[in-house]
Amino acid sequence: MSAPTLTTDTRPDPSAPGSALTQRRSRPGEVAFRLAMQACLVIAFGVLAALLAWVLVKGWNRLDSRLWTEMPTGLVSRLDGAGVQSALVGTLWIISLVAVICLPIGILSAIYLEEYADNTRWYNRLLELNIQNLAGVPSIIFGILGLGIIARTLGLGFTIITAAIVLSLLVLPVVIIASREAIRAVPQSIRQASYALGASKWQTVYRQVLPSAVPGIATGSILALSRAIGEAAPLIVLGAVTFITFNPDGLDSRYTALPIQIYTFITRSQAEYTELAAGAIVLLLAIVLAMNSIAIFVRNRFEKRW
Amino acid sequence: MTYQPLHRRSPHDSEVTTVNHPDTTTRPGVNIAGTGAQRTGMRQPDVAAPVMELSGVSVYYGEYEAVRGTSMPIQEKQITAMIGPSGCGKSTILRSLNRMNDLIPGARVAGSVTYHGQDLYAKDVDPIEVRRRIGMVFQKPNPFPKSIYDNVAYGPRVTGMKVANMDDLVEKALRDAALWDEVKDKLKTSGLALSGGQQQRLCIARTIAVRPEIILMDEPCSALDPIATAKIEDLMFELSDNYTIVIVTHNMQQAARVSHYTAFFTAEVDERQERHGRLVEFSQTGKLFTNPADKRTEDYITGRFG
Amino acid sequence: MTTSTSNAGSAAGSALRRGRRRPVDSIVKVLLVAAALVSVVTTVGIVIALVQPTIEFFQQVSIVEFVTGTSWTPTFAQKAYGVLPLVGATLVVTAIALAIAVPLGLGSAIYLSEYANPRTRKVLKPIIELLAGVPTVVYGFVALFALNPLLQKWWPTDNGPAFQNLLIAGIAMGIMIVPTIASISEDSMAAVPRSLREGAYALASTRMQVSTRVVVPAAISGIVAAIVLGISRAVGETMIVTIAGGLTSDRIVLNPLEGAATMTAFIANISSGDIPVGSLDYDSVFAVGALLFLITFALNAVSIRMVRRFREVYE
Repeated sequence: MSAPTLTTDTRPDPSAPGSALTQRRSRPGEVAFRLAMQACLVIAFGVLAALLAWVLVKGWNRLDSRLWTEMPTGLVSRLDGAGVQSALVGTLWIISLVAVICLPIGILSAIYLEEYADNTRWYNRLLELNIQNLAGVPSIIFGILGLGIIARTLGLGFTIITAAIVLSLLVLPVVIIASREAIRAVPQSIRQASYALGASKWQTVYRQVLPSAVPGIATGSILALSRAIGEAAPLIVLGAVTFITFNPDGLDSRYTALPIQIYTFITRSQAEYTELAAGAIVLLLAIVLAMNSIAIFVRNRFEKRW
Repeated sequence: MTYQPLHRRSPHDSEVTTVNHPDTTTRPGVNIAGTGAQRTGMRQPDVAAPVMELSGVSVYYGEYEAVRGTSMPIQEKQITAMIGPSGCGKSTILRSLNRMNDLIPGARVAGSVTYHGQDLYAKDVDPIEVRRRIGMVFQKPNPFPKSIYDNVAYGPRVTGMKVANMDDLVEKALRDAALWDEVKDKLKTSGLALSGGQQQRLCIARTIAVRPEIILMDEPCSALDPIATAKIEDLMFELSDNYTIVIVTHNMQQAARVSHYTAFFTAEVDERQERHGRLVEFSQTGKLFTNPADKRTEDYITGRFG
Repeated sequence: MTTSTSNAGSAAGSALRRGRRRPVDSIVKVLLVAAALVSVVTTVGIVIALVQPTIEFFQQVSIVEFVTGTSWTPTFAQKAYGVLPLVGATLVVTAIALAIAVPLGLGSAIYLSEYANPRTRKVLKPIIELLAGVPTVVYGFVALFALNPLLQKWWPTDNGPAFQNLLIAGIAMGIMIVPTIASISEDSMAAVPRSLREGAYALASTRMQVSTRVVVPAAISGIVAAIVLGISRAVGETMIVTIAGGLTSDRIVLNPLEGAATMTAFIANISSGDIPVGSLDYDSVFAVGALLFLITFALNAVSIRMVRRFREVYE
């Protein structure tokens, strides 16, 4: 293998005829690099998969109907017959309430920002910046917001509606950002065709833009909801770490949710609680992963490629 | 249709001329004044000395045969043009000359492409060594988002060229690409800050810096304005003193102005309504444009189709 | 003839000028603005919620002690309110998490973007996005009950990891952040135009050279944004550190084998108990919360700025 000779001449190198092509330079660095990159993927996700499998094994004995037919208990002696029904129902209540509160506000905000707001104006740019910032605020801070203002100042107390409001505000940026992207992806030509036919702005949005943006909006909404039901930190600050052995019976009811219940079990030292916690985790994971899978499926299947 | 070449200095005339030769065709067609075959002082090899030879080359994308059975020589230190309507495989064949088709999953080359007698697609041939000797300039200028200096120095660095003085090498490459005077004071600024024509010359400079024997050009001027185009065409004349050049072009007049040999491709539609590219005619440029052997060639150059 | 057309003309013209009254449009616009204002109200609410108790806190504790004190013992008999132990623990956990997440995340992204075949990528990318949605309480659980016992069993020396320690919290957090960094970095690399890669391959580059010398530098803005996002998540994360990180806050702990409370863990732990409203302990929650908010606000500002500055690379 001849390397080009030392020269700054830029004319073709006479020392490198065609036959030199066949001496394939061995490049061990290349192979090592590829293996290293692949190893990163394998290690990161392999470890994660292993940990999730461990949880599954740990909670295996608890994966039966007791989980959703029985209430939790604080007595070790009663653990055998215990479940997490109150937490499960609480979580379902929360999904519903957050959906009702957060989705309309988020989608309407996105419509405003994409279709109506003139983003050369400073207040609209500030609005955008604010949403981007909120997306990065730690979830526990939202708990503090709930504690200070919603529960106390507004007098809503440590109830399920407070939890729903707090979680709605937490995932609002997710809905807004995803919906904005979906709306932005609709081509201008569709809007212009609608205007040219004499439609008003709202008619155009409502009849042309939104229907086309539905898959992206749906995906963002489902992801937001699944994030909301996995959060425990804000609820801890909202005083939800107590034993609740009843299902919510109204908006002003005390409540518990799966992540909180799991946390409560973890803080107990007895091994049986660990098993129950693992079982509850599997249940929570099943719900969250199912929701996320649906969201991703919706996006991949229905996303319009213009 | 007649063609008036630009008023510019042809490197092969001793003074500035307005080239205006009488129409030498007997039918309305391209006025091929100024083609390589008619120039005086042009280096003509006594014996055809092909540096590359294509023999029965077909390129497949999966099952689809994009180009069929192409056979033609690439003559050393000459400019070979490939012309024809869109979608007839010119770029595909060009890319098979430096194994760029390897980067497309499912692409396959049948037939033989030899370089100095060596089969380019033999099992033990290193495609990276191939590309060191056979460089490529693309249709849309694609400088790296790095400084001008780093763009030119990139090739020598990654191929491990032992360079006594990189500054000298960069200057030489930029001079040979007719760009030095315009950028010598701003070598550290971004390559993307240049105009389109300058970017393309930068791409040529960095290709030269690796000291290839052959330079492939895939419609290098189609994204440029006429003045930038003229500069690049002049550059091609100068480069062909030292390098073999193969150029794909949509612009018939450009091929007529610039090249020594021309290959005309067309697309055939088979029974299944699929298009396959095919080489129709290959000869010296003067002959192809004044007295084409194939009726399809004649139809194309006289503008009856394509 | 002419009269009637001119009449029709003027009627049509005046119809244009009259315009159709569309009350729906005005109502809609009001609704939309109101919706958008909710996010503003949220931020204002957060600030108000934090400010009042924080001010009360600093009426009793000097800012100097807060910022420079090395002991945080609000629940001890001997009360001290120096926040550095909490900040220190946050930094240690974040550093460990990043040391794991950045190499693994970037490496995964490079593999997916430059080496994996399209079918593999199509299967793996959704899986990675799925895994990014695993709730953090799960990571806390496995850190405490799976990772730590494993670590303790295999630890070569005697002074092994404590029951709760910053190391397992950091490791678990790192694994949690990997999907985020990998996903965003991979998007950023995929956005690098193909023409740039082709140009590099045409210059006789190997795949490793194209990846490291062309693609990663071109995608660096997105990669840095991903890393800053990872930092922000690590700093603000609560459940992992509360469950597995530890409780100590009476001194600055830098040894990752020991347990210590981070800012978020402190807030969570105190809130789990009963604290009388208006007491100093109650206010301390808000003071630490305010500090946390300021830190993540600064991180977010940096991230947003950086993305915007480098976005002009191609355009």
